[in-house]
Amino acid sequence: MAFVMMRRDKKDEEDGGNPFKNIEKATVVQEARTFNDQHINTRKCCMILTKLLYLINQGEILATVEATETFFAMTKLFQSKDVTLRRMVYLTIKEMSKLAEDVIIVTSSLTKDMNSKEDLFRASAVRALCMITDGSMLQGIERYLKQAIVDRDRSVASAALVSSLHLSRENFEIVKRWVNEVQQATSSDDHMVQYHALGLLYQIKKNDKLAITKLVSKQARHSLRSPFAHCLMIRIASKIIEDDEDSKGSSLYDYLESCLRHKSEMVVYEAARAIVNLKSVQSKDLSPAVSGIVIEQVAITHPLSVTTCNLDLENLVTDSNRNIATLAITTLLKTGSEASIERLMKQITSFMSEISDEFKTVVVDAIKALCLKFPRKHLTMMNFLSAMLRDEGGYQYKKAIVNTIISIIEENKDAAESGLGHLCEFIEDCEHTSIAVRVLHLLGKEGPKTLSPSKYIRYIYNRVILENSPVRAASICALAKLGAQVPSLKESIVTLLSRCMTDSDDEVRDRATFCVKILQENSLNVSVFGLERALMHYVKTDMVEPFNLKSVPVANTRTESKADVPNVTTIQKSATATASKQDLLAEQLARIPQFASLGPLFKSSDKPIEVTESETEYVVRCVKHIFQKHIVFQFDCTNTLEDQLLENAYVEIEPSDEFEVESTVPVATLAFNVPGTTYTCVSVPEDMDLMTGSFVNTLKFVVKDCDVNTGEADEEGYEDEYVLEDVEVYPADYMQRVLKSNFAASWEELDSEHQSEETYVLSSISTIEDAVKEVTDLLGMQPCERSDKVARDKNSHTLLLAGVYVSGDDVLARARFAMAQGQITMLLTARSQNETPLALVHKAVG
Amino acid sequence: MGSFFSNLFSSLWGSKEIRILILGLDGAGKTTILYRLQVGEIVTTIPTIGFNVETVTYKNLKFQVWDLGGQTSIRPYWRCYYSNTDAIIYVVDSMDRERIGVSKGELVAMLEEEELSKATLLVFANKQDIDGCMTAAEVSNALGLPALRDRQWQIFKTSAIKGEGLDDAMEWLINALKAKQN
Repeated sequence: MAFVMMRRDKKDEEDGGNPFKNIEKATVVQEARTFNDQHINTRKCCMILTKLLYLINQGEILATVEATETFFAMTKLFQSKDVTLRRMVYLTIKEMSKLAEDVIIVTSSLTKDMNSKEDLFRASAVRALCMITDGSMLQGIERYLKQAIVDRDRSVASAALVSSLHLSRENFEIVKRWVNEVQQATSSDDHMVQYHALGLLYQIKKNDKLAITKLVSKQARHSLRSPFAHCLMIRIASKIIEDDEDSKGSSLYDYLESCLRHKSEMVVYEAARAIVNLKSVQSKDLSPAVSGIVIEQVAITHPLSVTTCNLDLENLVTDSNRNIATLAITTLLKTGSEASIERLMKQITSFMSEISDEFKTVVVDAIKALCLKFPRKHLTMMNFLSAMLRDEGGYQYKKAIVNTIISIIEENKDAAESGLGHLCEFIEDCEHTSIAVRVLHLLGKEGPKTLSPSKYIRYIYNRVILENSPVRAASICALAKLGAQVPSLKESIVTLLSRCMTDSDDEVRDRATFCVKILQENSLNVSVFGLERALMHYVKTDMVEPFNLKSVPVANTRTESKADVPNVTTIQKSATATASKQDLLAEQLARIPQFASLGPLFKSSDKPIEVTESETEYVVRCVKHIFQKHIVFQFDCTNTLEDQLLENAYVEIEPSDEFEVESTVPVATLAFNVPGTTYTCVSVPEDMDLMTGSFVNTLKFVVKDCDVNTGEADEEGYEDEYVLEDVEVYPADYMQRVLKSNFAASWEELDSEHQSEETYVLSSISTIEDAVKEVTDLLGMQPCERSDKVARDKNSHTLLLAGVYVSGDDVLARARFAMAQGQITMLLTARSQNETPLALVHKAVG
Repeated sequence: MGSFFSNLFSSLWGSKEIRILILGLDGAGKTTILYRLQVGEIVTTIPTIGFNVETVTYKNLKFQVWDLGGQTSIRPYWRCYYSNTDAIIYVVDSMDRERIGVSKGELVAMLEEEELSKATLLVFANKQDIDGCMTAAEVSNALGLPALRDRQWQIFKTSAIKGEGLDDAMEWLINALKAKQN
């Protein structure tokens, strides 16, 4: 145990971080009981409260009882006068105010604290108090809150104002009564108090349009001191202007405009933003608001209205503040025409070296957008970008440039050659491994498509000699790709790669060896899917023999791999389709747990039997699956009613005689036109006479009406049923066709001891040909030695049939037909080791 | 004897504070009594929603005094504060004849609590400054105090407004606690 503890401690040290990582709720709640102790250990209690807060903030759920108990224990901490502990208590009260019950128990204590002389307590107490107060309690403390709003201490006033703002959501009527105090607070000297007071005042009056307009115009005249309050005013004012269709707000607009000259940048920005966002804005109004910062943002949303400001922007480009100039330029790039680009690029180049990386990145992004917009300009851009690449710059900046070049190359084939050239130069002297790797990968991918791939080899191979191992490894791959796709270069690349096989780094060596091998043997021309399948199969074996690649089907490729993908899949599909329907069904059934114990599937009926008429509400088809001692009826159901959703659908079978329904597997839902399958399993009686018969089927389900458009179903459904046609189980169902190539030999093997023979008159059949067909179908056996072909104009014929009974016993039958006086008689002889099928054969025709 | 003495000394005059609960119906004057004891002045009070807790120093002894709100809605929470209580001051409004029965009910229920079985009981028949109030004996009988068994108790005539009777009560309490220690 001690050992375990030690290890845990050590691990904590290694993690170096969170001391609360291993705490548990139960422990903390337990610890919180020490709050009830007569003597309070301040430090310990602070720690426990911290843990508690940590847990709550981590989303740990405290049950109400637990929380309430802990909360009450915590109230005991009010006996301590320790400032830190008390403030922790306030925090805990706030956090637990919604978790615990009866939190109002601390009301008096908090009321006292908010009026105490200890300033450190007061603001926090106000906030905590407002959190635990509900409408009914609020009136009791109203007096104190009103006092607090106009308190001389700024933190208390702010706390009271903000808390009142929160309270006003639930208790608007009460908070409304404090309007005079709030009004008074708006003229506070303190910026924060003024801002908060204005916010609350707006909240109180917001439903009264007139009052708000008055408020704004009054406050606009008395210059507010707080820039925060100004920003809020601007927002309120612009909202009024927006809401006011007949635009009486010209005085408000003047206010906004005057804010543009405010000494606080924040206010200027807010005002400018408000002005350009006004729907009704005119370009003449806009011009004063032109400030590089705002316009940049707006350019994206209002490209046209900004275009008119382009002249102003061009002036801004020469602004001494490079940041504004940059934004101005990028804005121009976003809005500008193809013709002006080169001029702008020149201008940017002039001060590129003077701006910070962040702004350079902005420029790069703008160029990227531009390249996609005007592909013809790629040469200018590319030169510009490559110049930027050569300049000093951080990782993010370089990454942005490389990304831009790469996306240009990908979008624009014309730019590929020059782009790759620039990148090659760049990686000659690149300090960022990840960028170099990225470029190398690109070279491997794009290089072979260029006119002269050979020129990249030098760049890449230089990396192998000069760089660190990740770059070397990437270079190997890039080289290998070139070698694989450009046959003329293969020889020399293999030589180069062979040299790398002695590299000091494992990964590089491995890759080199692998690539050389692949290039030399050219041996991986296998179908990917085939390989995957072969490997899967191999893994399942005990893997004694080494995997034989020759067992993998070779893909018919010299052409690119893309072409053969569809081929492979189609081959696979048709293969599986023909493979065996039986296997598929067996597999499907085996996946159903109820049927896992039924043993191997003997036979499934060939064609699904339609048990509904076509074009009815529900279409159901039945397939019979015969097992040793069971029959599973598979019902494939389709709901053709658009406005119905069927749930829990299953087929209830009323079996004849001795059959017993063992289990049903309902289909959970049948949505419109989505086929679903339900199964019913019955056990087959031992007695041969009772093994066949017909089954009465009823489809039972819960109907839910559903909306045709949305497909959403009603909550409530009702049970309903639908009568299906009967399904018959014939003797033939228990028989599997088997072809006996030498029927006579097989016949002799089963001697006459296991034989039954009977003569029938086939009254309803007029030709021997029909009789042969009929009997073959009835018995479900395989005609042998082409005995199903009846020679014409013959009055007699012998049909030889072979099959396997469900028990696994061979069954052979010989039917001799004779035609006399327009009537066909049949002598049917059957042989089998097992008595049951013998009887069954006769039952089938009888 | 020596060991007893040091035991008493450490618990009564040592670092440990004596824990007192002031209970009673709403408007009985509990909060006024608390602050009268603490600062010796009359403070304006509002109904206590929850509790007030103060440290009161009397004759160099430290008392940790919990004044719990007396409103019907708050009375159920009294029990959360019972543990480790040395003494209970149960305050009765001597003018409130109507609710003396309710007051008795609360007192009886409280005294049945296991956690308070060792606590000394002081009953303050408060508001004695008003004419026509119940006498201490009347209050005592109405609360059924004479019938109390296994409980050290005393009733005091007090007027929190005038500050009368409080000193006597505290004196008695100190002596009673000392006696209990011995």
